[in-house]
Amino acid sequence: MGYQPDRSQYPQQREDGSLDIDLTSGKYLKLWQGPQHPGITGNMSVELTVCGDEVVEGKTHVGYLHRGFEKLMERRSFIQCFPIVCRICVPEPDFNEYCYAAAVEELAGIQSPERADWIRTLILEMGRINSYLMYLGGQAGSLGQGVIGQWTTYVRDLMLDRFEELTGARIYHMFILPGGVRGDLPDGFNKRMEETLCEIENVLKDVYETMFCNAVFKKRTVGLGYIDPELIEPYGVTGPTARAAGVAKDVRKDQPYLVYPELEFEPVVGTDSDVYARADVRRRDLLMSVDLVRQILSKMPNDGKLMTKLPNVLHWKIPRGETYIRGECSRGEYGYYLVTDGSGFPRRVNVRGPSYTHAVALLERLIVNINISDVAGLMVSLHTYPPEIER
Amino acid sequence: MSIRDVLSPFTAWKYLFRDPVTITDPLNERPGAARYRGFHQNDVQACIGCGTCETICQNAAIDMVPVEEILTESGDSGLRPRIDYGRCCWCALCVDICMTGSLTMSNEYKWVESDPDAFRFIPGVDKKHWDDAELGYRRPEGHRLTPARRVEMHELEPETRIGSFAEIVDGYSVADGLLEAERCVACGLCVATCPTHMSIPDYIAAVRDGDYERGLALLYETNPFSEVCGRVCTHKCETACAVQHEGEPVAIRWLKRHITDQVPYERYREIVGDPAPATGKRVAIIGAGPAGLTTAYDLARKGHEVVVHEERENPGGMPRYGIPEYRLPYDMIDRDVDLIRSLGVKIHCNSRVGTDVTMDQLQQEYDAVLLSIGLHLGRSTRIPGSEHQQVTKAVDLLRAITDGEEIEAPRQVVVIGGGNVAMDIARSMARLQKQQHGEVNLTVTALEDFAHFLADPEEVKECGEEGIEILDARGPQGIMLDENENLIGLKTWHVVSIFDEQGRFAPSYDESDEQIHQGDMVIEAIGQMTDVSLLSEELTEKLEWNRGRLAVDVDGRTSESWLWAAGDCVKGPDVVHAVADGHRAANSIDSYLKEKTV
Ligand code: SF4
Ligand code: SF4
Repeated sequence: MGYQPDRSQYPQQREDGSLDIDLTSGKYLKLWQGPQHPGITGNMSVELTVCGDEVVEGKTHVGYLHRGFEKLMERRSFIQCFPIVCRICVPEPDFNEYCYAAAVEELAGIQSPERADWIRTLILEMGRINSYLMYLGGQAGSLGQGVIGQWTTYVRDLMLDRFEELTGARIYHMFILPGGVRGDLPDGFNKRMEETLCEIENVLKDVYETMFCNAVFKKRTVGLGYIDPELIEPYGVTGPTARAAGVAKDVRKDQPYLVYPELEFEPVVGTDSDVYARADVRRRDLLMSVDLVRQILSKMPNDGKLMTKLPNVLHWKIPRGETYIRGECSRGEYGYYLVTDGSGFPRRVNVRGPSYTHAVALLERLIVNINISDVAGLMVSLHTYPPEIER
Repeated sequence: MSIRDVLSPFTAWKYLFRDPVTITDPLNERPGAARYRGFHQNDVQACIGCGTCETICQNAAIDMVPVEEILTESGDSGLRPRIDYGRCCWCALCVDICMTGSLTMSNEYKWVESDPDAFRFIPGVDKKHWDDAELGYRRPEGHRLTPARRVEMHELEPETRIGSFAEIVDGYSVADGLLEAERCVACGLCVATCPTHMSIPDYIAAVRDGDYERGLALLYETNPFSEVCGRVCTHKCETACAVQHEGEPVAIRWLKRHITDQVPYERYREIVGDPAPATGKRVAIIGAGPAGLTTAYDLARKGHEVVVHEERENPGGMPRYGIPEYRLPYDMIDRDVDLIRSLGVKIHCNSRVGTDVTMDQLQQEYDAVLLSIGLHLGRSTRIPGSEHQQVTKAVDLLRAITDGEEIEAPRQVVVIGGGNVAMDIARSMARLQKQQHGEVNLTVTALEDFAHFLADPEEVKECGEEGIEILDARGPQGIMLDENENLIGLKTWHVVSIFDEQGRFAPSYDESDEQIHQGDMVIEAIGQMTDVSLLSEELTEKLEWNRGRLAVDVDGRTSESWLWAAGDCVKGPDVVHAVADGHRAANSIDSYLKEKTV
């Protein structure tokens, strides 16, 4: 790896490569950001070593949210895992439901009906919209601009209403289960969805004016948290973070799943690879999702089965096998690696949440030499959700 | 950076002039969506307490608990789900799997209480303000987590089977057996209903695991007549099956047969295991039917010496002499009987108690005696003309067929009766007619109407397929004879009702609806009774009786301390009840023998 952090001014490296930081010298200070801190993304913390107001080292600490989901699933029947997986990512739970269901379907040799695939795609795009709305509020808030969060929370709430009427729940939808989806679109859904989408577009216009065309925001974000495109591959960076560096990675295009081949879209890319560019890519990606939802609702077949016939789920055994199912969530590549051994329980479930790489290795790499006040803005710009780090 | 970037943010001020989007009072009524997964509701009358909801709940939020006023009965455990909202995650898997559709969710989501323990309740029993909510999550139509339809059992086509006494039912293939076994939800309601409490969910699980030997061990633990019951059991268990409420019950009987089909007979003896060391106690059993031989099986396994006296040429009792071969091939009975013999049970055939050996002798030579003499005497309708020689009883004919006697099938036959025995004799005679005359010409006249029919529905259906005419609600009034005293038919009237207001048997007829059913022979299949002539007069006097049947206590013991009775002769006709009775008698005899030793 050619690129190394620029540590020319700050602590010397010892022979073993660690930093020669003498805390008693008074030159350095240890500072904990998190786990309870408004400037932290969820329940994790960063142990900062600062010199003046500049960070010389940041160590991430995770595990505050560990609930052992992957292990739990090894003691649950295949259907019983279904209500568990959504909990691995609170703001965008549906990817877990989809990846898990698709993995089980593949290994069990069943296929979800076509209409169910359309509804699954719809749900995933709705989830993406919500996740981005939450992100925008957080990104602005991390730099002191609280009002954006109020606006995006309002429209996110409208989308939660749509989720509620479609899936029966607002946060943990538990709607995409192995074999298909749980229900059809309610009457009049398209009309109400259109109203919600219009409202989101309106709010996004305001967000654009006040956040993106904002001298303060630009001043603080342009150039901050620059990720060299060369780092994208070695650090396993995916999603908008990669696309903002000009790397057009998008699983929806690269390895199309569900009904994406039937939708028209191009991955949104940026060039500058800093916090501003990432925010802008996400804003535009959000608008693209609004368009995708419209496309889905207009192209979807009018009727058809929603569930394929399942065996008795109480004794469902799946033959020996393994598979990796991936999809493009709002933060990058989301994947489920499922191993079955012919018994009634998964042998192993490994959840690949994009947050794992972004929030630990990448953050520790980017945090060096930035100002303390920019730490929160930087972290949020990586758009990470701790529960998927510590499945 | 431009001047626009400085001015643009001020557009946010326009929000000052907009209505707030937040709800000012958070306790405003805001009903959940139509399919909201809110608090649970349960229609406790429809719920059967199967506990499938409890099984699927991955949070262990559900406990099945007894509920006052809900009785435990066949097909209902009497328990109802209690849900702990400290654990529930509102996934609604319980609703999706509910076997009756009784469990649903309301769209209510507010419940305020200061006591944390209050959030554990029995939906439908503990009254809640959302009990009547009309909206909320219901399992969508067609959304099933368990297969509703039974795997079809292949049978001989009617045209083929009517020509012979070959067994009709094929039995499941391994693949079909597996599919059918998969449908079971293992609630165990059937175990309570099965008279002999076979471990049904366990042996079905053995089928799913492909471990047929384990399955066979489980079968023969509770039922030494598994080959027989796997074919002709009245399968009361299937009437309790949870799956039937929103589908067809699991084919429990066929799965039992499937296990016996899959295990080579040579393996049976080893799987059942050796009897316990000999105790030196001796038991005599009269009648080698299911009840007697079950007692023999149990006692032999416990190490007692058992001798069985059987009046007829072959052991097997009613299953052999009352059930036609096309339903139960004789060699299948032989398998079960031979297994029992292999445990050391001695069966003396052609040995009639009362003639070849007396009750007194048995009482003296043995430590205990069991009477299991079945119901081998046919009842008569006693209608005018019923003593005519062309009027016969179903049991006698069936016995003659089993014994291989030459029977000349009349060209036209009328059967009186609507139970399974009537169907058995009708279908047997139909086969003989087909063999001898090339066509079936047979009418069954039943007292009951089809809505209250006694015979199994599949028997009725198969009769129809085989060309037998069944007339319901016809009461026999007299045998029709011609001037030469030859039988020419049966006269019936339409039945208006069978029982009087007190529920006593007192049929009333509509005389204006009279029919003559032509025939050269009339067969009475209206019930059987026990032939008690083998008991000495003195013993008959001493014993207690209950409406013509021997009176016994719950364990099958008669009023004489050395004598037990079991099976059809005390309980009425049914193989699996006889098996259950046999176990009870065996247990009771065994304890008695142990006491005697002490
Ligand atoms: S909703 Fe889910 S968690 Fe709650 S009781 Fe039913 S199965 Fe259990
Ligand atoms: S699954 Fe349905 S019928 Fe069975 S106990 Fe639960 S609520 Fe009652």
